[in-house]
Amino acid sequence: MVHEMEDDHVEDMEVEVLSSMWPEDIDEAGKRFNLEKPGLHEDMLEDLAFVEEPSIVDFKRLVELTSYSEKGSSQLAYLVKNWEYKQENAVRLLREELENLSKQQHEVQLKKLEIFEEHRFEESYVGDKRPVSVLGEGYEIFQDVPKKRNDFVVQDKRVEIDAEYDTVIYWKQKALHLGKLLEESVQREHILLEKLEESIENLEKQSSPVEELSQILKRADNFLHFVLQNAPVVIGHQDNELRYRFIYNHFPSLREEDIIGKTDVEIFKGGGVKESQDFKREVLERGIPGKREITFETELFGAKTFLIYVEPVFSKDGEKIGVNYMGMEITDQVKKREKMAKLREEIAVQKAKEKELNKTIHITEETMRAKQMLATMSHEIRSPLSGVVSMAEILSTTKLDKDQKQLLGVMLSSGDLVLQLINDILDLSKVESGVMKLEATKFRPREVIKHVLQTAAASLKKMLILEGHVADDVPLEIIGDVLRIRQILTNLISNAIKFTHQGKVQINLYVIPDPNSEGKQEPKINTNTDDSSISSKTDLQLNGNEENEPQLHETVVWIRCDVKDTGIGIPETALPNLFKKYMQAGADTARKYGGTGLGLAICKQLVELMGGHLTVSSKEHCGSTFTFILPHKVSHPCDGSDDTDEFGDMAGNESSDDDITCGFFQFQPHTLGSVFSSKDRISVFPEDLYSISSKVTHKEINSMDDDSSCFDTSSEPESSSKCNSENENTNSTAVASCSPSSKEDHVETWEARKDSNRSSECSSSGNREEVARSARKPKILLVEDQMVNVMVARRMMKQLNQDMDVVGNGAEAVRAVQSCTYDLILMDVCMPVMDGLQATRLIRSYETTGNWDEATKAGVDPHDSPSYEPGKRVPIIAMTANAMSESAEECFENGMDSFITKPVTLQKLKQCLEQYVE
Amino acid sequence: MDAVSQLQRQFVEYTTSLYREGYLDDQFTQLQKLQDESNPDFVVEVVTLFFEDSEKLLNNLTTALQQENIDYKQVDAHVHQFKGSSSSIGAQRVKNVCVVFRNYCDEKNLDGCVLCLQQAKNEYILIRNKLEALFNLEQQILQAGGSVPMMA
Repeated sequence: MVHEMEDDHVEDMEVEVLSSMWPEDIDEAGKRFNLEKPGLHEDMLEDLAFVEEPSIVDFKRLVELTSYSEKGSSQLAYLVKNWEYKQENAVRLLREELENLSKQQHEVQLKKLEIFEEHRFEESYVGDKRPVSVLGEGYEIFQDVPKKRNDFVVQDKRVEIDAEYDTVIYWKQKALHLGKLLEESVQREHILLEKLEESIENLEKQSSPVEELSQILKRADNFLHFVLQNAPVVIGHQDNELRYRFIYNHFPSLREEDIIGKTDVEIFKGGGVKESQDFKREVLERGIPGKREITFETELFGAKTFLIYVEPVFSKDGEKIGVNYMGMEITDQVKKREKMAKLREEIAVQKAKEKELNKTIHITEETMRAKQMLATMSHEIRSPLSGVVSMAEILSTTKLDKDQKQLLGVMLSSGDLVLQLINDILDLSKVESGVMKLEATKFRPREVIKHVLQTAAASLKKMLILEGHVADDVPLEIIGDVLRIRQILTNLISNAIKFTHQGKVQINLYVIPDPNSEGKQEPKINTNTDDSSISSKTDLQLNGNEENEPQLHETVVWIRCDVKDTGIGIPETALPNLFKKYMQAGADTARKYGGTGLGLAICKQLVELMGGHLTVSSKEHCGSTFTFILPHKVSHPCDGSDDTDEFGDMAGNESSDDDITCGFFQFQPHTLGSVFSSKDRISVFPEDLYSISSKVTHKEINSMDDDSSCFDTSSEPESSSKCNSENENTNSTAVASCSPSSKEDHVETWEARKDSNRSSECSSSGNREEVARSARKPKILLVEDQMVNVMVARRMMKQLNQDMDVVGNGAEAVRAVQSCTYDLILMDVCMPVMDGLQATRLIRSYETTGNWDEATKAGVDPHDSPSYEPGKRVPIIAMTANAMSESAEECFENGMDSFITKPVTLQKLKQCLEQYVE
Repeated sequence: MDAVSQLQRQFVEYTTSLYREGYLDDQFTQLQKLQDESNPDFVVEVVTLFFEDSEKLLNNLTTALQQENIDYKQVDAHVHQFKGSSSSIGAQRVKNVCVVFRNYCDEKNLDGCVLCLQQAKNEYILIRNKLEALFNLEQQILQAGGSVPMMA
């Protein structure tokens, strides 16, 4: 029984295995290769209707390739392997089936054995049965199994029968029973046989490997077609002579016979063909695949760029038998790429430019800052230095012994030099930073020439003749910035004198045709300098000024001025550097003659600023000629009378008709004075005028007639103020004329104005009034909005033993002036309600017109003014926190007399008081 | 007497350091010179005025810079005043900040202005503390019966 149970168990297990292992579909194996079910695949492909034309194939070669090339064989091997695997799988499944069958058979045999055991007579039957084994002779592995089982199962087993043993009924029953069993067994065997046959039949039905392989190949082929149908690629194979054996091209323009069996060079002509062929050959020779971009320029395609991939093909034994070739057209991409590269390059260039520009801007800004800094510094240095020099000058008028005088002389000349240098630097930086403004005033060129020569003669220490020629066609009055022109002339003259030891120095003035010859009314700006921007700015300013003073009937004359000397001349090599800053003709010259080397640079810049140009010609040891030409507006004499310009007025007052038109002046040593035009002046000037001007004595000045003193005022501010100081006999006033005399005319607008104003005031007020004024305390008005400043200023005034009124803004200042007469007004510039500039304008307007109309217009109601004194002008001193020169100029433009920079110090205040009050 | 001379030395050193570190410039010396027996508290008065002025101005500036539409002209006017008063008492560092401040004002650079305002405030507080300390020292010297040394 135990056996039976065991047997049952085995059978159970096998049933289980049977159901799970039995494949439903033998084709399942295909799934292992990632190929889709052919059915589905084929359906899909059928819809696509392949155009197989594009590929042109040398089939024979392809077969060769597949069978001989390494790649081909590996592909075949793969397919075979695939097939083998499938077969193996099938075999495995068959085996499993067989096993099952054999097991069943075995059971049947066991049953049979049982029967035979019980009925030994039937044993031979079993033996007959054996050959009917399902497995057949071929499957040796399975043969042993039943045998084993045979050994194992050979045991006595009985079938239980109810009937009594050995009776007839018993046997009958037994036989019947056995017969039934036999029948069942036979039936089962029959079924098994059928099944076996069926499966064998199935096996036979399986397709042959070749058939299957070709099917797979076809599928792969279709697949490739599907993928490549629209791809812009060319795929080809070339043999080791680089003749095409296979080509796939989606856009074939050549027929099969045109390509197959030919090389690239034979098919195409044009650029790139050779290169591609060479590349293929190279790949073939080196045996290493490679990619390359080749641009073809063929008649067939035009210009096209292809990315080519070439790989060598080896035979099974490693011989190179050709190349596989794949090309893709990338013309558009290449174009885009090139465009991109170009753009990138442009961007890079742009960026570099930008950087450079920024750098330049930065440098320019820095330079401007440095220049402004220089201007500010110079300005700051000048004030104290003026103090030092003027003090020294005063000192020189006191009783000194010979040694002291000598020392003082050195001190004065050194001080002068420094001052001159600073003035030069200031001028230069003003011009360069564009803050220099030109004025357009009427002036008489003859007088300018005369005065320049006169001034030069006054300080002449050499035996030289100074001459001036003014041509007849030079207009009597022209319009321009007389101060600057005078500065240029003075500079050139003093230069000429400096380098001339004998002979004469001449100024020639004459009219020339417009060098721009277009007859343009506007002065053309010559942009010789690097700073063309400044020049053009000036142009605007010039025009602006003209607009401010509209003149009818204006014409422009170009006047040429030659300053000629018979001096040492300038070597040709030095000419180019002559107008550069801090340059002199040579190191020797600098040592011998001194000077800052700024003079000519300033002259040039000034001339260019005014729209003209300055040139030089020179011959060594013979002399030099500096020439400048300038455009000038000419006003008609009829409106000359309206001119309010001080200078014009004074000149007009002074000169006789004779004087005005005379065009020749000569100053000779020891005679001094114009021989032809102002004979009377010879007597006026003292014999010893060649010594420094501060030596001019009281008496001598007094002997001058009024005219000449006024005249000098306009021509030589410094000397005039000195004259005045002598006039008033007070040392303190001399301090006021802080500008020392120097060969170079200081034509700083403010100084000139200050001094001329001062002088005019002096000449209007006699000595008696002077005494009366000093008897009472001067009335001072402080206009300042900030309490701190007020407090400080008030305290300072107290120390100076002065009282003052204080108001908080410009409007209040105007009211204060309306109700009281002041001797000095200290005016803050920046104030709420009304600033100092406007207040000054209003006060000045009152002073000239005698009414407060302007103030009323500005919203300040007039009070009862005490009494209007025509010609009286109250000194107004600006107090400004902006030390820049432009702000100073703004002050002067608005009618202020001077300015002190904040913070106000006791010293500054004291100086100011000394200069303007008492 | 010893205490006084020590205080005096301390005063001199402190004042020197204020000049050296640039908190003060010569204008402050000017102020001190303006002070005499007839006007013994001049410096303190002026400086106090300056403090009041400054605080007002700084407040105005703070408000002005918080506006949606900043009136740079107004800001500039305030800064100008601040610059004027600070330079009047010789508060050099405050003045210097004001100079930069005005530049930013010209450029209408809000960030720069705000930064400068902060700096101005800082510098103002610094100089206020320093000056107060200085006056304190002065007081101490006077209380101890000494005289405040004159700075050159």
